[in-house]
Amino acid sequence: MIDIIVPIKQVPDMERVKFDTEAGRIDRSSAAGEINPFDLNALEAAVQLKEKLGGTVTTISMGPPQAETSVRDSLARGADRGILLVGKEFAGADTWATSYALASGIKKLGKYDLIVCGEKTVDGDTGQVGPEIAEWLAIPHIAYVSQIREASDSGITVLAEMESDRLVIESPLPTLLTVTKDINTPRLPSFADKMKARKATIEQWGAAELADVAELTNFGLKGSPTRLNKVVIPSEEGRKGQVFRGSPDDAAVKVADALQALGMLGSAK
Amino acid sequence: MNNADYKGLMVFAEQREGKIHPVSYELLGKGTEIAKRLGIEVSAVLLGSNMGAEVNELFYYGAQKVYYFDNPIFREFDLLNYKHNIARLVNEVKPETLLVGATHLGRSLAPRIAAAIGTGLTADCTALEVGDEGNLVQIRPAFSGNIFAHIRTTTRPQMATVRYKVMQKLPRDPKRTGEVIRKDADIVDSVLKIVEKQGTGGVNIAEADVVVCGGRGVKGAGDFALIQELADALGGVVGCTRPVVDDGWMGKEHQVGFSGNTVKPKLYVAVGVSGSPQHLAGMRDSDVILAINADPSAPIFKLADYGIVGDLYEVVPKLVAEARKRS
Repeated sequence: MIDIIVPIKQVPDMERVKFDTEAGRIDRSSAAGEINPFDLNALEAAVQLKEKLGGTVTTISMGPPQAETSVRDSLARGADRGILLVGKEFAGADTWATSYALASGIKKLGKYDLIVCGEKTVDGDTGQVGPEIAEWLAIPHIAYVSQIREASDSGITVLAEMESDRLVIESPLPTLLTVTKDINTPRLPSFADKMKARKATIEQWGAAELADVAELTNFGLKGSPTRLNKVVIPSEEGRKGQVFRGSPDDAAVKVADALQALGMLGSAK
Repeated sequence: MNNADYKGLMVFAEQREGKIHPVSYELLGKGTEIAKRLGIEVSAVLLGSNMGAEVNELFYYGAQKVYYFDNPIFREFDLLNYKHNIARLVNEVKPETLLVGATHLGRSLAPRIAAAIGTGLTADCTALEVGDEGNLVQIRPAFSGNIFAHIRTTTRPQMATVRYKVMQKLPRDPKRTGEVIRKDADIVDSVLKIVEKQGTGGVNIAEADVVVCGGRGVKGAGDFALIQELADALGGVVGCTRPVVDDGWMGKEHQVGFSGNTVKPKLYVAVGVSGSPQHLAGMRDSDVILAINADPSAPIFKLADYGIVGDLYEVVPKLVAEARKRS
């Protein structure tokens, strides 16, 4: 038996989200929210472990009320229980305050054996929240896990990617993993699973519910040690954009000329 | 703790197998520039085992002081001992800024240090500036590089991981010297055990000066010979997009993009690559981009310096011939 927690985040659909270059902001209403794609790999890894060893999978998220749909979606994808940390106290959190809130929620949940996180989110792209949660909970972590080799209810052996090295690492439980997209292909929820999830209750916890496990001043913008000064949306950089059409011979000569002029061809290589 | 108690800029010097990672030299280069402006000192913290003369390289690239933990436990990346000892040092020395290379090791380690010492951390910066009050302005891409966030840190040290191959290192100067301050390691239980280490044995495309990347336009695994030929002719290595890896045609170490490698070569050639936002996130900082694609409306052309609209099976052999003729 193994009790697994998967922290998830609702992110905008990256193919559709629009950026307002003038105002320097992201138009979050331009795209519907979905579970961060990397978190789907984390959830799938957790559900596979549960299927093998028995136990439970609980997802936990922090976000605005509409993030409930993503927590519900996680139930359709195999989680047994979903929790949303919601309320204005949590708003404006950076990775430090986000990881603190999620770790506090996990403390309140009590017993767990394993926490599985996605490598990073597609919107923030920091990859910091997983390792920070592990530090708050004083448990080890292994990042960039691309394969789970062995798992039991006392320990886990994984393959971790360190650029040109691959490490096989053993950790006792409890521990935290951040997993890459290579670890699996997330399954699609069946219609029956979706129907079941529609009826399920998503537990919503506000800051007050965490009062016995957390310093409430560490939540949200107030608890965040980093601040966003401004956002700059670059107009596409000033590339030359010389496009050649017509005969391949002609185009190849012209491009080779250009590369040679830049010293990338015909020079001392 | 008062922010004014924190002085100087510290760089985490990452080593693998006793060799210092070049990103550390880049951080010393940028760190020196910032330190000169503020009139502060640049130090490095190095954890290793029997590093010998390699320690001096940090001085050659700009460090004025090196805090050196020499202990067999630091030969490999021992997460909890790295974190514990660096956090202790930071609490003792109190640097105003702590920079860490945004390698896999750095991005795994830095968040733990930040949480442990209770300070903010900005991930994967591509630019650092000095703000009006002498604070560090940390600039980073988010949303697959569609936006740049300018971030400041209210706590100290101001911590940032910084992307490899973005900052300039100083020219290596063996006449530069500095002070080595040896520190005793305080060993905690490692907990994690590395039982096996495998090299991928493959290319390290993040290091290459020329990357020729094949995408969905390449019709089969065998056709990557053509991509290889162009890479050879240009003196580069082969990259590929995610679908190519998913189909099992190429190894993951070749993958360029958001979930693969970030590259910044002098020349990037995209062959049959349409240019999804996820792919562009991994190569948009290349110096020169050449795109070859049959579809003139492919998004990759918007980012390219040079484009050839045409069938890659016709264009690439011609380009190989031209490149060979001129080399």
